[in-house]
Amino acid sequence: MARAHTPARKAAISAVAWTVALLIFFPILWTVLTSFKTEGQAVSTPPVFVFFDWTWENYATVQERSNYARHAMNSVVISVGSTLLALLIAVPAAWSMAFSPTKHTKNILMWMLSTKMMPAVGVLVPIYLLFRDWGLLDTLGGLVAVMALINLPIVVWMLYTYFKEIPGEILEAARMDGAGLSAEIIHVLAPMAVPGIASTMLLNVILAWNEAFWTLNLTAAKAAPLTAFIASYSSPEGLFWAKLSAASTMAILPILVLGWFSQKQLVRGLTFGAVK
Amino acid sequence: MFNRTVGLALGALLASTTLAGAQTLTIATVNNGDMIRMQGLTDAFTAQHPGIALEWVTLEENILRQRVTTDIATRGGQYDVMTIGTYEVPIWAKLGWLLPLNNLGEDYDADDLLPAIREGLTHEGQLYAAPFYGESSMVMYRKDLFAEAGLEMPDAPSWDFIAEAARKITDRDAEIYGVCLRGKAGWGENTAFITATANSFGARWFDMDWKPQFDSPEWKETLTFYVDLLNDAGPAGASSNGFNENLALFQQGKCGMWIDATVAASFVTNPAESTVADQVGFALAPDNGLGKRGNWLWAWSLAVPAGSEKGEAAQTFISWATSKEYAELVAEKEGWANVPPGTRTSLYENPAYQEAAPFAEMTLASIKAADPADPTVDPVPYVGVQFVAIPEFQGLGTAVGQQFSAALAGQISVEQALETAQTIATREMTRAGYIK
Repeated sequence: MARAHTPARKAAISAVAWTVALLIFFPILWTVLTSFKTEGQAVSTPPVFVFFDWTWENYATVQERSNYARHAMNSVVISVGSTLLALLIAVPAAWSMAFSPTKHTKNILMWMLSTKMMPAVGVLVPIYLLFRDWGLLDTLGGLVAVMALINLPIVVWMLYTYFKEIPGEILEAARMDGAGLSAEIIHVLAPMAVPGIASTMLLNVILAWNEAFWTLNLTAAKAAPLTAFIASYSSPEGLFWAKLSAASTMAILPILVLGWFSQKQLVRGLTFGAVK
Repeated sequence: MFNRTVGLALGALLASTTLAGAQTLTIATVNNGDMIRMQGLTDAFTAQHPGIALEWVTLEENILRQRVTTDIATRGGQYDVMTIGTYEVPIWAKLGWLLPLNNLGEDYDADDLLPAIREGLTHEGQLYAAPFYGESSMVMYRKDLFAEAGLEMPDAPSWDFIAEAARKITDRDAEIYGVCLRGKAGWGENTAFITATANSFGARWFDMDWKPQFDSPEWKETLTFYVDLLNDAGPAGASSNGFNENLALFQQGKCGMWIDATVAASFVTNPAESTVADQVGFALAPDNGLGKRGNWLWAWSLAVPAGSEKGEAAQTFISWATSKEYAELVAEKEGWANVPPGTRTSLYENPAYQEAAPFAEMTLASIKAADPADPTVDPVPYVGVQFVAIPEFQGLGTAVGQQFSAALAGQISVEQALETAQTIATREMTRAGYIK
């Protein structure tokens, strides 16, 4: 039974939601504000909020010193490429687990998830050696592969959850109408699972975009994405917060815009099947 | 029109052929002012050496260290020139990971390198890295605050004087703190400062049998002095302050004294950044009359990984970047005050540099006062002033630094911090096979 929402209750809920949203958003806002300060203002105590001499100087310095376009393009290739590769493997895998489960399906799913529990640094040297021997160090192909593999368990799990919500009878009916396996997946399953696949894709793109361990450790100059671009602005000796904030703002801007425009799709996908 | 188009096309083709034929050096470096300036001068190098192109990878210090260590240990071959410190050079040279720099050219004048710096980059008589800039530590102080308090800073102060002056200058209501020191945990942060300080108190990390010495009275005296001084005359939250935090405090006029890297001198005297630029004086790092001062020695240096296929081109670049001509090039473009300090004797003999850099004399004296081969009052089996040049030190130094930081924050006592440090160090050194 739906509870009645009084105006006071609604206002309270709104206030809590706004507070939580602002708390979560504050670090990003602070980064953006800092990027417009001078280095001195960025570290001044007490900190200045908005009443300072706004300057574009940091953006100009970052533009002058680094090749933003190249780093951004690498980030796009790595995040989109790894997402497509992961989907290519994960859709059939999740399909088989959702619609033809065996007694080991749950164990396989758990085992896949368990690979995420190992700290990445534990496998750094073996992967580095493999990359060295296969000539994949500092290549976009190598990073696409490694990012796809790292996010694969999450992608499989998310798709599996969505597919489970689709009634098996519909697929059965398609089969009875003579649809083959590929026609069943492409023409029947995929259209119904579009919200789920889209939100998985978006989430995976965001995860791959923000990943900063492998992208820093397996690249040097050619394949370095925006994470390396940000890392180049932190300094052990000398003030750097304003420039670092400018670089960070430039790095998160594309993904922030993507998230903003696709938020409906994201929320719809993430809550898919949650309410019956 | 047709001729112009053909001409342009041919020109472009020729340019691309030249570029394709050029050897590209990938250089890993840190984001420090001097390194960024070097990147800006890439064209000057490539104009002189058209056959060599440069590609820069700039990273944060800790990421850089992890990245180049992985690459060199696995012989990944991602970098042709690496920026490494005085800590790595002796360890990596001993492991055979670095190419000896014996092809720097006839004009290089290696004898002009400051002996203390060169010594730190030499293994078995062979230079394995060339210093790009060197630093020690010294006292930077506010002349106006000292005058107000009726104090006069000697050129070579004692720790007692520093403590007395710091307490006298402190005015918490006005947010003026007598002394700002490193408190943030890390082998390159508070451990570096406290280790160098401990040297001047007669303490040492290990005895000649590699037995940790944190249970000695000298360590207790060092840490008690440090914690008491910062509690009485340091800024609030000192246990989370590193180089940059103290730099910001000093530049905003909140520190009476700051004992840290000599490289900071150019920042605190720069009127564009510092509100106290015209009031800064310099003195040697303090001592306790035991013959050792509390100053360290560090040099960011350029080295070539062993097995590099571009060893010759890499040495050509290193020779250029660490030469006297490079110093002149920087001076011409950006002024003498911006020349990388602390590597060559000739720079300190240059009147133009002496005039542009009021801190030159004290920097040189500080570097000369540090001896990585004989850093302590009592003999030790290791090399290094503010670190112990063994592979285990990065982890161990940070673990011990966390104890020191906790003692400063008041979470544990000085005694507890030293006891835990002794336990950690004994366990690690036994595990690593130093203690039989």
